[in-house]
Amino acid sequence: MLQLTDVTVRYGDTAAVDAVSLDLAPGQVLAVLGPSGCGKSTLLRAVAGLEPLSSGSISWDGADLAGTPTHKRGFALMFQDGQLFGHLTVARNVAYALRLRRTPAARVAARVRELLDLVGLAGYDDRLPGTLSGGERQRVALARALAVEPRLILLDEPLSALDATLRERLAGDLRSILREAGTTALLVTHDHDEAFALADRLAVMRAGRVVQQGAIGEVWREPVDEETALFLGYASVLREDAAARVLSAAGLPPAYAVALRRSALVVDPGGDLRAVVESARVTPEVVRLVVDVEEVGRVDAVAALGSRTSPGDEVALRVDVTRLAVLPISHAS
Amino acid sequence: MTRRLAALLALAAGPVLVLGVLFVLPVAGMVAEGFVVDGRFAPGAVLDVLARPRVRRVAWFTVWTSGTATLLAVVLGLPAAYALHRLALPGRAAVRAALLVPFVLPTVVVGVAFRQLLGEGGPLGFLGLDGTPVAIVCGLVFFNVAVVVRTVGVAWESLDPRPGQAAAALGASPWQVLRTVTLPALRPAIVGAASIVFLFCATAFGIVLTLGGVRYATVETEIYLLTTTIFDLQAAAALSVVQIVVVVGLLALAARLRATPDPTAQRTVSPVRPVRRSDAPVVVATLLVLGAMLLPLLTLVAGSLSVGDGWGLDNYRALTTPGDDQALLVPVTAALATSLRTAVDATWMALLVGTLVSIIVTRRSHSPAERRVRAGLDGFFMLPLGVSAVTLGFGFLITLDAPPLDLRDSPLLVPMAQALVALPLVVRTLAPVLAGVDDRQRQAAASLGASAWRTLLTVDLPVVWKPMLAASGFAFAASLGEFGATSFLARDESPTLPVVIFRLIGHPGEMNYGMALAASVVLAAATAAVVLAVERLRVPGVGAF
Repeated sequence: MLQLTDVTVRYGDTAAVDAVSLDLAPGQVLAVLGPSGCGKSTLLRAVAGLEPLSSGSISWDGADLAGTPTHKRGFALMFQDGQLFGHLTVARNVAYALRLRRTPAARVAARVRELLDLVGLAGYDDRLPGTLSGGERQRVALARALAVEPRLILLDEPLSALDATLRERLAGDLRSILREAGTTALLVTHDHDEAFALADRLAVMRAGRVVQQGAIGEVWREPVDEETALFLGYASVLREDAAARVLSAAGLPPAYAVALRRSALVVDPGGDLRAVVESARVTPEVVRLVVDVEEVGRVDAVAALGSRTSPGDEVALRVDVTRLAVLPISHAS
Repeated sequence: MTRRLAALLALAAGPVLVLGVLFVLPVAGMVAEGFVVDGRFAPGAVLDVLARPRVRRVAWFTVWTSGTATLLAVVLGLPAAYALHRLALPGRAAVRAALLVPFVLPTVVVGVAFRQLLGEGGPLGFLGLDGTPVAIVCGLVFFNVAVVVRTVGVAWESLDPRPGQAAAALGASPWQVLRTVTLPALRPAIVGAASIVFLFCATAFGIVLTLGGVRYATVETEIYLLTTTIFDLQAAAALSVVQIVVVVGLLALAARLRATPDPTAQRTVSPVRPVRRSDAPVVVATLLVLGAMLLPLLTLVAGSLSVGDGWGLDNYRALTTPGDDQALLVPVTAALATSLRTAVDATWMALLVGTLVSIIVTRRSHSPAERRVRAGLDGFFMLPLGVSAVTLGFGFLITLDAPPLDLRDSPLLVPMAQALVALPLVVRTLAPVLAGVDDRQRQAAASLGASAWRTLLTVDLPVVWKPMLAASGFAFAASLGEFGATSFLARDESPTLPVVIFRLIGHPGEMNYGMALAASVVLAAATAAVVLAVERLRVPGVGAF
């Protein structure tokens, strides 16, 4: 099991990673989520042994890794853009780590075939990386990383270099491949969809610090503060009276602040809140509204498809309690 | 489409004409001397020359000394390239600059320094290497390590470190990363550097002449001896032809292997990393190379300061005289003034033509025909890099001596020859920079209403002015030290400094030798000062091929 204790990485005076502690149990996938520049990539590189620590320790099964160079850690690192070796064929890329270990040729060939099957690229053996699409390159990189069954696989924004449709498809594949191989993985990303698609556990990182960590559903339901809530995809945060008004409509005790997703308020004649529609936009799933709610202010809301709502209409709104998060007072900023 | 091609040809006309008259014509004249006997085309005589045992021996000697020197330069240059471009060594910039100096040192100066080092009474005299092929190979390596360090170093520092890190994460040890990832990625730079170094070695003149004398001749010095001493022009022409064929072949190879920079990709320089204990072998190797570079130069300075049994500045004071026994027609200081004047003229000529050429060869081609024309021009303007300066100098003498091209008495004759020798250096410095400008920048400027001229001012000039300054410095230094062509063309009453040094070491008299050492130090200091100033401009890739 991977254990990070107070890991700090400094560049000059600034701490890119500031006293980060994380645990990762075997077979789990942990996503470190944060905006670009928050230090998450540096953290990943530190685990890989590519950045020296200023203080703190990284250990595996209780053994400190400080003196272990990258190539002896047994952690495979998969870069954002794959970093395939351009002068080697797909098969040679996948076999790279096996050849380093002088694996017999027959075993190498069998393992390469197995891995290319796993990532859905059977028959690509003799292609050069330059002839592959972005998604295919990422699959080859994944196969290459899995070849010697690393005890931990490190993924640096594995999907963000791809376009939207490809990303969605590969996310599903990647998750099932990681599950099937039973691999422990540490993933860093700035995209909460990518994190939700792949991980069991989530750590939210900001300005070099981990501000929240836990099971992915738990973090998603109970963001620790306003900024985290917004980063996790909540659309707005209400404070004080506005928060109290929405919470009372939802039948919840008052709190200092509450974060709402875009679909937290639903048009319903039996609802408790009064509002005036400011704009309405039809999407394939739902009608998205911007409404001005009495005693609350301007927020997003939704109406069922087919309900005729147009700007200027007065509507009643109901609160969907599964789509809001009450924020602890101490972290209000 | 055709209008673009016409515009390209019109722009190219000037430089092509200059190179045609000042390069192709003299070289062709020299070659024709061998093939045309009594007004008839007679190639048989040339083939006879090539069958002579001495010619075959000279050719073999050229090949093996150049090959050995190339190999050594690469082996010594690689660790230094890595240490100086990837590690955060203290004093890195200074060492890089110091290693660049030998490359531009006048060949004659290096010859004198090595004789001083290896000769009787020199610090390494006990090795008995003076006048042996080993001394010649050492001299060639001394010159060319800088080319390897530069060319490979620049490629190394812009190498993406992530494939190497990916390999390490897959379990590759540092040595395995080097072998399986780094060296394959550097192969174009290494082979390119090696082919250029081989070219420089095979056409080296001043160093072989001063260290090898008559006993050990290469093709280049043999051409010189055949034309100036034996007056066997046919044999000289035959050797020139062989040399040109080999050089053109090598240049074509080097051009193919040179990684053509993708103009749309930004050149990134990866940050240097702190030195670790495991880097010790590389650092030690670099220091050894540096020491080997400094040793001949320190011996030279010490020699110039020794007078009789003590130390003094007598040799330097004597520079205002024409030497013992009237060894020279003019004092050495006058020759220095001539050298500086000549270098200024050669520099503006090389810069003017070189800038035009660089613009021509780097503009994006819009049709296959245009691309072919540009590629052809690119190769054409690189020719002076490898064609023997001796051939060029002698060709000048025999072709530019009659109207309408009677330049023999023109004070611009020597600068023109030197400018041609410096031209490839200018183009190699400017062309990559211009090629690195994203063409869409120019298109953006044009779409905002900028004329072609205005586009040049707003997009190209800000990027290229520093490299232009650097290229001028390089051309100036190359011209100061040029010996091969100048030795033919300089008139006795106005010699340049390298010519004077060569004459002084050929004349008996201890004073003359002392003066040669002092003059060498002055010349070395001048070129080194120019090159160190260039290095301060921090133009990426200066001195890389």
